[in-house]
Amino acid sequence: MSLALKLLPLVLFLALAGFLAKGLTLNPTELPSPLIDKTAPAFVVDKLPASDGQFSSADMDGKVWVLNVWASWCGPCVQEHPVLIDLAAERPVPIVGLNYKDKPEDALPWLARLGNPFVEVLDDQRGDVGLDFGVYGVPETFVIDGNGVVRYKHVGPLDGQAMRDKLLPLIDELMEEASS
Amino acid sequence: MKSLCTSLILSAVLCVAALSTARAAEEIVSFDKPEQAALFHSLLREYRCLKCQNQNLADSHASLAADLRREIRTQILQGKGKPEIDEYLVARYGEFVLYRPRFSAKTAVLWLGPFVLLLIGLTGVYIMIRRRSAGRARQIADMEASMAANDDQSARLARARQLLDD
Repeated sequence: MSLALKLLPLVLFLALAGFLAKGLTLNPTELPSPLIDKTAPAFVVDKLPASDGQFSSADMDGKVWVLNVWASWCGPCVQEHPVLIDLAAERPVPIVGLNYKDKPEDALPWLARLGNPFVEVLDDQRGDVGLDFGVYGVPETFVIDGNGVVRYKHVGPLDGQAMRDKLLPLIDELMEEASS
Repeated sequence: MKSLCTSLILSAVLCVAALSTARAAEEIVSFDKPEQAALFHSLLREYRCLKCQNQNLADSHASLAADLRREIRTQILQGKGKPEIDEYLVARYGEFVLYRPRFSAKTAVLWLGPFVLLLIGLTGVYIMIRRRSAGRARQIADMEASMAANDDQSARLARARQLLDD
């Protein structure tokens, strides 16, 4: 038996071990969104409180904006909230909060208690808008550019690191693009 | 006879219990036509629940799965078929939602890999068998030669015995 043939099982084993090791470092809840670099779904929904009227995604045409999907029943949203409040304070980017499968009577007191970083709060009690955006875990955050194209999606609570490394540079770049 | 009856009844009860847990996540839904219901139930087994990724839409209790079941039912009632519903879900959640991924350059290894491995294995087995049978043929030839020598000897021995007996 030649040396190459003798070493074949070892080589195959190492290749398999390599793939499995890589698999261990991947986060299975982070899925590539098919929406990235596609036009965001258009939608019209009621605002919260309902007396504020309706919101249409067309209202944001020409603007760089952030869509944050949250709910008062979602634990990680509490953890994420201060990061959104900081973002609202540090950058002029409008953050729209989509209140996903939640009750207005729970959502509004929640915001009153923890602070409201959103320019608009939208009511998605049935989760229809969430369905169109492919939401599968709350919180989720989308960055949408001036042409209405989804540029980035973050699944799970935003933290300082995600903000520094991903969101802020992207938002700055997009806003510069939009103003020039 | 009595014990047979009991065991039959018990196994029937168990079957029903197993079926009911397997379908526990699905709401009771109605369709106009039985084909639509059949399509609905077969489709729910084809799609992954994104929330609890190791369950299909039929089994998952996640509220996202309930929403998707509702959406799929609506689309079936509108007369849409599997290709349209596949497209709807893939556009939102990506191909990961399909338990049976489509064949593409990205998934070629997934689809063809097992057959390639099988082919490699079969080739290996074939080569081994060829080598072994060549080796055995040589062994048999050696053995036959030695047996022939033995035969010769035993024939002489028999003759010697005969001569002694006489």
